[in-house]
Amino acid sequence: MAGNMVTSEFLVQVDHERCRKCKRCTLNCGFGVFDFKDRVTADTSKCVACHRCVVFCPEEAITVARNPLAFREHSSWDVDRRKAIWKQAQDSGMLLTGMGNDLPWLNVFDHLLIDACQVTNPSIDPLREPMELRTYLGRRPDRVEVERSDGGFKLDTEVGNIIKLDIPIMFSGMSYGSVSINVHKSLALAAQRLGTVMNTGEGGLHEELYPYGDHIIVQCASGRFGVHSEYLNKGVAVEIKVGQGAKPGIGGHLPGEKIGREVSSTRMIPVGTDALSPAPHHDIYSIEDLRQLIYALKEATGYKPVSVKIATVHNVAAIASGIARAGADIIYLDGFRGGTGASPAVVRDHVGIPLEIALAVVDQQLRSEGIRNWVSIIAAGGIRSSADVAKAIALGADAVGVGTAALIALGCRLCQKCYTGNCSWGIATQRPELVGRLDPDWGAERLVNLINAWSLELKEILGALGVNAVESLRGNRERLRSLGLDEMTTEILDVKPAGR
Amino acid sequence: MPRAATNDRTELKSITLDAGGVYYKDLNSQVRGLIDEGYEEIVLQGVNGQRYIGDGLTQKVKIIIEGVPGNDLGAFMDGPTVIVNDNAQDGVGNTMNSGKIVVKGHAGDVLGYGMRGGRVFVLGDVGYRIGIHMKSFKDQVPVIVAGGRAGDFFGEYMAGGVLVLLGLELGDSPLVGSYVGTGMHGGAIFLRGEVCDHQLGSEVRVYPLEEEDRCQLEGLLAEFAEDTGADLSGVSLDDFVKLQPFSHRPYGNMYCY
Ligand code: SF4
Ligand code: SF4
Repeated sequence: MAGNMVTSEFLVQVDHERCRKCKRCTLNCGFGVFDFKDRVTADTSKCVACHRCVVFCPEEAITVARNPLAFREHSSWDVDRRKAIWKQAQDSGMLLTGMGNDLPWLNVFDHLLIDACQVTNPSIDPLREPMELRTYLGRRPDRVEVERSDGGFKLDTEVGNIIKLDIPIMFSGMSYGSVSINVHKSLALAAQRLGTVMNTGEGGLHEELYPYGDHIIVQCASGRFGVHSEYLNKGVAVEIKVGQGAKPGIGGHLPGEKIGREVSSTRMIPVGTDALSPAPHHDIYSIEDLRQLIYALKEATGYKPVSVKIATVHNVAAIASGIARAGADIIYLDGFRGGTGASPAVVRDHVGIPLEIALAVVDQQLRSEGIRNWVSIIAAGGIRSSADVAKAIALGADAVGVGTAALIALGCRLCQKCYTGNCSWGIATQRPELVGRLDPDWGAERLVNLINAWSLELKEILGALGVNAVESLRGNRERLRSLGLDEMTTEILDVKPAGR
Repeated sequence: MPRAATNDRTELKSITLDAGGVYYKDLNSQVRGLIDEGYEEIVLQGVNGQRYIGDGLTQKVKIIIEGVPGNDLGAFMDGPTVIVNDNAQDGVGNTMNSGKIVVKGHAGDVLGYGMRGGRVFVLGDVGYRIGIHMKSFKDQVPVIVAGGRAGDFFGEYMAGGVLVLLGLELGDSPLVGSYVGTGMHGGAIFLRGEVCDHQLGSEVRVYPLEEEDRCQLEGLLAEFAEDTGADLSGVSLDDFVKLQPFSHRPYGNMYCY
């Protein structure tokens, strides 16, 4: 019978004229593409286009190209669909993938335009005038009472715990186990320097990162990995992970291969067993149950803010209202473009709704119920640039979460093979020789550079809008216009079409 | 306001609080305050549904509860011993790390969810979803022993630890419901009595007890009897079966790349 019917996606070509046989490529490839016998040979079937060899070859002798093999065109049977069937007919099982939804669904952010001032209501130059990006997360009281006290004023209302961020951007939850310890270190260092927070994801917190607790949100997911009293008290807030944008409604299976000694001791499970996160939290089957867990966490942490992370699904507005009423301080919306270390492709690509729409309807719902002040909203799952940040904030987000963008800053090439544990860039792997490639100081610097650049851009946008604080953009949809969206979507977003 | 009285009857530095009508938040904050003051034993009288007693506590104190505590008793607890001289509700020992909870009546659903260490002993029956996703790590091996019967999903997703169900005074009712050990990939379940195949999850099999199981069980039963006052004179180790998963990776073949 024929061998593997799934033809190589990429071709690796080595220019043997240029090659000086340093063998760096054989060491650098995490997927085992290269071999060396007299000269470099490449097994193209293993190539995932992660470019590690290309970047590290001193002679620029390697090129990776898309396999030009011709397939007879068929508009409903594109090549990827045919390949999926070949794979499943061969190995059975669900097709697994990594990173976010890669199907060409409409991207709403790319159909929204931001306003600017002209002539009247002049714009502000952020280089000359202070521009406030500071953001506070947590529950606001319905009203505040202020008392006059000898010459000054005194707040007479009890305000709960609030988190202060210097920028409206935080790092999204990515678990230690799915990503390497050096990713966690890079994120923690960067969060500290930027005055923001990272999120542990569901795999616990390595003890080495305990000193960064003031810049960490700790997660409590259905598997309860590494969740104990000390862990819960290390962070500035606790997040109950109900759902993830890349895999709404399903649990997680971190394969036993990724559970080495260090991951094992942080997750607190034996080496080599699969880390299975059940699909639901089995102590949450209702809004009342959610309230119970929220308050159990508050009791255990001296009333730190509790965030609830959900995937954006069809009924997201009603769900968000329930979450706010259950006592959450923060609602973390993870859109259907959100990343993952591993998810069945069918779920990643076809389940959930876009962040932009979810954000708009959640913000409206909470406003219409008069409870918008009860919670802060974090928008994540599809934030690619400072423009997306500004648009998300105008649609109602208090802050945004970035995950994929942060990994790209650390070298990720979006090859989508995170689930294999072979990431050549030392990101989505636990193989020590690969993990060591990511230097946390270098990583932190790249993250700080990126987010500082976005902050500058954000200030520029605010200045153009004629406002001097990100607060003035929050939920301010009057400063957005839609272009090329259908009437219904524009109406749901509650923005005007360009020209109106 | 609760009345505080210092007890002299034990060598521990002990105090009694009247919890009657006290809001859970105030009650738990008082308990934490007393622990900070150095009290080693706290007796709560008139408890009536207050939630989260013992939640997140890390000190090796003893809390004795008269009355029925509310949900999530001992959630995230890491050290204390909690004795309930009555029934308990749902969520006992949720994600507990270490310590002991003894319930001298019945307990509700979702007991010991995600529990990672310590012991929960319940003299009577327990509800649904008991010991879901319990796991063990190194020397931390969580144990739940219930004297009566249990509902569906007993030990679902279990990744480690020990679950024991004794079926004392069972009468005609079944020992346990359905979906026992569904998705189980670690640990062991000991049942005193028979289970039918249709009650079991597809990831577990029934095994006879080995010598080390008998030793472990013997020790646990003695401790259980001492803590709960259960009469185990009619209980023979020969009546037990052991349920264990046959794979640490039940879903390893579910995917293709
Ligand atoms: S890294 Fe480049 S120069 Fe070195 S062996 Fe590979 S192809 Fe040749
Ligand atoms: S993290 Fe690594 S494996 Fe995952 S997409 Fe990026 S480069 Fe590929």
